[in-house]
Amino acid sequence: MSRLDVRKTYKLYIGGAFPRSESGHTYEVLDTQGRFLANAAKASRKDARDAVGAARKAFGGWSSRTPYNRGQILYRVAEMIEGRHDQFTADVVAAEGLTKAQATKVVDAAIDRWVWYAGWADKLAQVTGNANQVAGPFFNLSSPEPTGVVAVVAPADDSLLGLVSVVAPAIVSGNTVVVVTSYDRPLPAITLSEVLATSDLPGGVVNVLTGDATELGPWLAGHLDVNALDLTGVDGAEVAADLEAEAAVNLKRVLRPSSPDWTAEPSLTRMTAFLETKTVWHPVGV
Amino acid sequence: MTTTSSGIGSAADVLAVLRDLPGVDQVGLEARAAALSTRSIKKDAKRTAIDLAISMVDLTTLEGADTPGKVRSLAAKALRPDPTDPTCPQVAAVCVYPDLVATAREALGDAPIGVASVATAFPSGRAPLDVKITDTEYAVAAGASEIDMVIDRGAFLAGDLLKVAEEIVAVRAACERGDGTHAHLKVILETGELATYDAVRRASWLSMLAGADFIKTSTGKVSPAATLPVTLLMLEAVRDYRDATGRQVGVKPAGGIRTTKDAIKYLVTVNETAGLDWMTPTWFRFGASSLLNDLLMQRQKLETGRYSGADYVTID
Repeated sequence: MSRLDVRKTYKLYIGGAFPRSESGHTYEVLDTQGRFLANAAKASRKDARDAVGAARKAFGGWSSRTPYNRGQILYRVAEMIEGRHDQFTADVVAAEGLTKAQATKVVDAAIDRWVWYAGWADKLAQVTGNANQVAGPFFNLSSPEPTGVVAVVAPADDSLLGLVSVVAPAIVSGNTVVVVTSYDRPLPAITLSEVLATSDLPGGVVNVLTGDATELGPWLAGHLDVNALDLTGVDGAEVAADLEAEAAVNLKRVLRPSSPDWTAEPSLTRMTAFLETKTVWHPVGV
Repeated sequence: MTTTSSGIGSAADVLAVLRDLPGVDQVGLEARAAALSTRSIKKDAKRTAIDLAISMVDLTTLEGADTPGKVRSLAAKALRPDPTDPTCPQVAAVCVYPDLVATAREALGDAPIGVASVATAFPSGRAPLDVKITDTEYAVAAGASEIDMVIDRGAFLAGDLLKVAEEIVAVRAACERGDGTHAHLKVILETGELATYDAVRRASWLSMLAGADFIKTSTGKVSPAATLPVTLLMLEAVRDYRDATGRQVGVKPAGGIRTTKDAIKYLVTVNETAGLDWMTPTWFRFGASSLLNDLLMQRQKLETGRYSGADYVTID
């Protein structure tokens, strides 16, 4: 006798906990052949609001950790993704229709990407900060600081490598993130949230919303407690333009939609996009 | 019941009334409170509720580290809770320690905002009666329009109800200004320390019989502070007391009410229990500090359609 399938209904990841959507809505996640994979929670605007609240609450603690400590924690996350390598591979196979060999490569790349960004945690200030030369007896120091709460629309197609490549650079410098996952392929993101929940990452630093980015986008773009908007995964120039206009209400930093080759070596751009530079003058000899 | 000039019946009468109070159905009370908190209040009704809740707030700062500067900034917030929106109502009162009453009164000027002062060795109430009376008289002389006194929970729990009642009567007398008016007396029951709902009901009636103008749940220094079932119970008490005596008494939940959602649950409970007569700042108050910011953020959300953030309200 064959075993009954255990059909999963996943939840959101907000503030380190896994709540159902406030709306109670779920949607069916299908694989590339149109077969049922699982149910995912369909986040509503109130879930987005709660996620922003959780991210704001986590910001103080996360941004004031030493960069070295943030690097350690991110590296620990990479270790734990490695530990769940098989599960991530299966998720990617199901979500993206790749062969197992191809999916293994994607997961490897995602782990390497996470490690690469983890290494930048305590090096970013050396590269983006500066001891400025000024015409007077002053130390003039510019140092990078995190922007705050970053709302991210994750890439729709590249559901694991793309996701890792937009989340890791935002949090490495001390920002906290609300990420709207790929609507059709949310399973790698859900597995990642299970990893984040059991790693040393404080709750609320990354909040994962599975749901429709066109529905959640305007609420996040207009939310006055969100400091930056990463539109990478937004589909359609008009939608993006509307979100960008809405984001201007409180002068959010905006990263426009793009579909880069995620397998290529990343640059510093995604990290520096969510940094503010603080410059301090201090008299010499005091 | 016969009443004396101080408003309290004879000791024997009071004790008889308290003895005859029915016990509280705990399960029924909590189920009723839970049922009342499921109402959905949206759009225009929510807007009205938020404005009403703002006008009911006793904006409170009761810390050892309170300074005149902090009280002045609190007063400024009481006058203009949302400086970006002139239609935003003012709060009902600011609530401070007695030594800061004069500062608060001066900062509020002629505005129709009360100055409430805690007194009688707040928050523990563990001081001799003459100290409590001096404390109260000082606050009244400094310009307090409302006095928030604490009952002697030790005496109450030890069964010395008469002592509790006599203290309330004495403090009520100390609230007299000499011109026939008196500072309104709010009696804090500190329900978190009373252990049972029966005790809360008895303490409510005792306070009202002794002359309280308001009964207040908590000091905010003890957990649990205000809860919905306790507030519901006290609202039933003031309703029944008015039916019995014709005198209306107000209710003030204090402590632990932080969100607009909570505040609206309380307003629903007031309306459904005591009735519309209590839906004004004269008869119902929220003792709170962080609640006001959440009310303002929700108000901004309704006005602009965008979620607001802590950067758009003042830090207390």
